[in-house]
Amino acid sequence: MTDSAARTAGWFADIDPDEFDGLDDRDAGDARDARDGSTVVTAIREGQTETPQDWPALAVDDEFADDEAAYYDRLHDATMAATRAAVTEREAADDRQLVHAVRAMDDCERTANELAERLAEWAGTVDPDAGTGVSFARELARGDHELESESEPITSLAERVVDLADEAAELREFVERQTPTIAPNLAALAGPVLAARLISLAGGLEDVAKKPSGTIQVLGAEDALFAHLRGHAPSPKHGLIYVHDAVRGTHPDERGSAARAVAGKLSIAARVDHYSGERKPELEAELAERIETIQARTAEDDDRGDSGGETDE
Amino acid sequence: MSDGLPAGVERHTFDGTDRLATRGDPVYGEPTDGDWRAWNPTRSKLGAMLELEMDIGLEGGDEETVLYLGAASGTTVSHVADFAGPTYAVEFAARPARDLLETAASRPRLFPLLADARKPATYAHVVESNVDAIVQDVATRGQARVALENRRFLADDGRLLLAVKARSEDVTRDPEDVFADVRAELEAEYEILETRRLEQYHADHLGVVARPQSR
Repeated sequence: MTDSAARTAGWFADIDPDEFDGLDDRDAGDARDARDGSTVVTAIREGQTETPQDWPALAVDDEFADDEAAYYDRLHDATMAATRAAVTEREAADDRQLVHAVRAMDDCERTANELAERLAEWAGTVDPDAGTGVSFARELARGDHELESESEPITSLAERVVDLADEAAELREFVERQTPTIAPNLAALAGPVLAARLISLAGGLEDVAKKPSGTIQVLGAEDALFAHLRGHAPSPKHGLIYVHDAVRGTHPDERGSAARAVAGKLSIAARVDHYSGERKPELEAELAERIETIQARTAEDDDRGDSGGETDE
Repeated sequence: MSDGLPAGVERHTFDGTDRLATRGDPVYGEPTDGDWRAWNPTRSKLGAMLELEMDIGLEGGDEETVLYLGAASGTTVSHVADFAGPTYAVEFAARPARDLLETAASRPRLFPLLADARKPATYAHVVESNVDAIVQDVATRGQARVALENRRFLADDGRLLLAVKARSEDVTRDPEDVFADVRAELEAEYEILETRRLEQYHADHLGVVARPQSR
């Protein structure tokens, strides 16, 4: 790389040193202002180059800074402003976006299924061979299934059902992609969709992190929980987390234990995600080990043919 | 220094125990003794490497440049910035980076960057070449890969100070096997000078000191 080509690859190449006066003010005053597209922030955040150079020396040569000390002062201001802007942007947006996405996904799925039911009823009146569900709507919309007496409104409704189902699938992909970046540990432990639902039900990642694991265990089972608190029902063993393989895959006698173990690890995962953000793969191993122990209990009971033993609730 | 510590790192007595310390603004509620603040080896892998008297080959001082990968909230990097010169701190997660900003605010030669250490091209326009040391503590799969990718920043006589977390590579495998693989992969571009298990302070971690292969 020639010297001049090298120079243009540096973050400071297109920056007027005067820009830093404004940056200083913002830094001292209102941090939110640093989020605008000021060229300094953009240069740090979006610049790219393959090979590092002796940037301090090049910047002095280039008269971007009087000496290396002045260069480093500017670099500090620039990286502080850029990183603050990036952090604010990523943090403010992400879990709120996820909550909306997962709720929209559920709405789309539910509506698609309801409309598919309506469609099946209706189509059944004109064609005894009409099928059911979203898959039938797809056949109709694609023209794979011809109704005995052609009906424009029925076909049109089928198209709407397919659109909604496709939208739901796209939203699910979005959720599956986004959750691991927002809550890596929770997503790894619960699966991205369940993790997103927990975040949505609690109101945000911070809310999940602040809930005791007993609450996480019964999130989504509020009706049963309040029935229990009013005193005329047993306590619910699990809410949303019922769909977790470790809970569903466990013998009903031990599901309470399994749900408690899963909820415990999920709450730890949510706390790590919210307060540190560091990935902790050992949580998965610990949960797997615990579930194995719990599931082994029922296996032993079956072997002995004796159904008594410990009760959970 | 005679005890192998970089200038700016000293042993001071806190509550009757002798501990490593650097001079700077307190960051995480650590005990202080005047300007000096204790460096907790159980919270810092580099701190553990120093406690275990590994030869990290750093002298300290304003001229020494450091690239720190996986800075997290800035616990360790704050101590590095206290004893070294210009220090670039790369962290990928937004939440810890917020704390890192606090740490960097009182340290004019600490440069925080929100970037992915696996993609050096996204920060090579900011981080200078020929740094004296790369400190790496990233909890991701492919830690050796990260070290190789970032070789481009390191001076030919510089040092790679790496803390390998076995559980990040594979939680089910024996850590010794994971470490052997990492060592083998590193040797493509680095000459390994010293390795030690950090067990006493950090479970399933290996401390590695290496320098670039001469070519």
